[in-house]
Amino acid sequence: MREIRLMKGNEAIAEAAIRCGVDGYFGYPITPQSEIMETLMLEKPWEKTGMVVLQAESEIASINMVYGGAGCGKKVMTTSSSPGVSLMQEGITYLAGAELPCVVVNVVRGGPGLGTIQPAQSDYFQAVKGGGHGDYKLIVLAPSSVQEMADFVELAFDLAFKYRNPAMILSDGMIGQMMEKVEMKPFTPRWTDEEIVQMHPWATTGKPSSRERNIITSVELDANAFERFNHKLQAKYKQIEENEVRSEMFECEDADYLLVAYGSSARICQKAVQLLRAKGIKAGLLRPITLFPFPTKEIQALLGHVKGILSVELSAGQMVEDVRLAVEGKVKVEHFGRLGGVVHSPEEVVEALQSKIIGG
Amino acid sequence: MSIDIKDIIKPENLVYQKSRLLTDRVMHYCPGCTHGVVNRLIAEVIEELGIQQDTIGVAPVGCSVLMYNYIEVDWHEAAHGRAPAVGTGIKRLLPNKYVFTYQGDGDLAAIGTAETIHACNRGENMVMIFINNGIYGMTGGQMAPTTLQGMKASTCPFGRDVERDGNPLRMTEIVATLPGTCYVTRHAAHTAAAVRKLKKALFKAFDNQKNNKGTSFVEVVSTCNSGWKMTPVQSNKWMEDNMFPFYPLGDIKDV
Repeated sequence: MREIRLMKGNEAIAEAAIRCGVDGYFGYPITPQSEIMETLMLEKPWEKTGMVVLQAESEIASINMVYGGAGCGKKVMTTSSSPGVSLMQEGITYLAGAELPCVVVNVVRGGPGLGTIQPAQSDYFQAVKGGGHGDYKLIVLAPSSVQEMADFVELAFDLAFKYRNPAMILSDGMIGQMMEKVEMKPFTPRWTDEEIVQMHPWATTGKPSSRERNIITSVELDANAFERFNHKLQAKYKQIEENEVRSEMFECEDADYLLVAYGSSARICQKAVQLLRAKGIKAGLLRPITLFPFPTKEIQALLGHVKGILSVELSAGQMVEDVRLAVEGKVKVEHFGRLGGVVHSPEEVVEALQSKIIGG
Repeated sequence: MSIDIKDIIKPENLVYQKSRLLTDRVMHYCPGCTHGVVNRLIAEVIEELGIQQDTIGVAPVGCSVLMYNYIEVDWHEAAHGRAPAVGTGIKRLLPNKYVFTYQGDGDLAAIGTAETIHACNRGENMVMIFINNGIYGMTGGQMAPTTLQGMKASTCPFGRDVERDGNPLRMTEIVATLPGTCYVTRHAAHTAAAVRKLKKALFKAFDNQKNNKGTSFVEVVSTCNSGWKMTPVQSNKWMEDNMFPFYPLGDIKDV
């Protein structure tokens, strides 16, 4: 029987984590995502599945607890919002450098600095282009509904373990706080210790005499060896780009004009497309679901009929750079978006397309 | 009459041998450094407790960053200061394993102060080993949180000025006040007697994990000949005369 519930995006993350067999959650409270840990503590998953939930002393400690747990081959995650995710960047680059799987959720709020607690998409660069030091990439998923908040927890873990790479769910305060109906998946049992030893022979599970010791590290003092390791990482990212792009099209088949938007902004742009179509303007929406890897080819495939593109983000224009790289100057690409926690309306998007692209 | 070495190397003449858990890698530590001795003692304790396949070590940033090359257990190399958080993650998810962290003074008592105090306060059931030589060795002899008043380092070339730099931090006394710690002790490794006492302390600290008693915290007051710019012999003397009065040896807490 289908199990349908009405819940907040943040609650859906917590519930999905318990159900998909997550072993450990380590976090620190921050608005607008504190419901995630609150829900976990209320649900007492340690009694149901054996999942560990711990409130750490800081985001720095949370991500390093994740680092330790991930090294053991366990499914571990943390969640935070923008200022907290900035603090986690040190641990995230170590996780990427040690090639460990984990899931980090960023329920983005407006920045820079302490900023605001209202929704924003101004952490795109941080999530997609690096964030911490060094040449590394995260697998970045952008949910645009409460259903996707739930579904992407499992998907993020699947991808993280497939590529031994940290995955990030880049959400925002709107998706985190809004309530929608969600179809919950049935419980998947946590991996047993024996399964982990079999599936993840690299994990620090204690060294038996039958194998060499396992060492989780990101240090390599020989520059030539470290260059070879970096090339190996880059080859992995290339493979992710080839295999894991996910996007959704809305009214794109005959579109003269294209909106590109992810997450909550994509919800608004869907309405904007309907308003534009009602005016006789053939508009469509491409919604990247993976931000890294970015749907470059999917955008390029529409350039036969699309005459102009508007990248609509709750930021000063970050994803627009990736859209421009995909388009390679073939058509006009502009950015529109409200900043600092203000959310644009569908009417504002319609007006922006008309003034910046159609009439511009 | 000449003695043939083969006549001496016989099982009945064996008085000491390297722990089976120590690898054959040549240690990168400077001659006279305390790290090598402590690394060896940890290997011996793990071997004698028979917990090799149940032990996970957390290596730090600093001189002992490559410690995972020397002891035959699974290792996790942490970021600077974060070993207690990494150890927490491991121990919470593998509660039946033995977990130990190994950190220097800059790592444990400066950049990782929050992680240290909170891991001890939660009573994480693991061993925390704290090498305190009052200086940053790996980065080239800078002032540490435990550098003594007046002691020279490359970032306090005229000596630590407590008006400017604050007083040296006695982290071990601080964590002893926390209910989460079960065993807090301070040792050295400069004489045969001190080495024997330290080994006993490490043995007890590891063994405490079996009984889920909380955090065992073992400080080792140490030398850094290179950073202190002294010979190993001078360093040991200087440590006795200057470090021990401020960092007195012995058990601070044992419950």
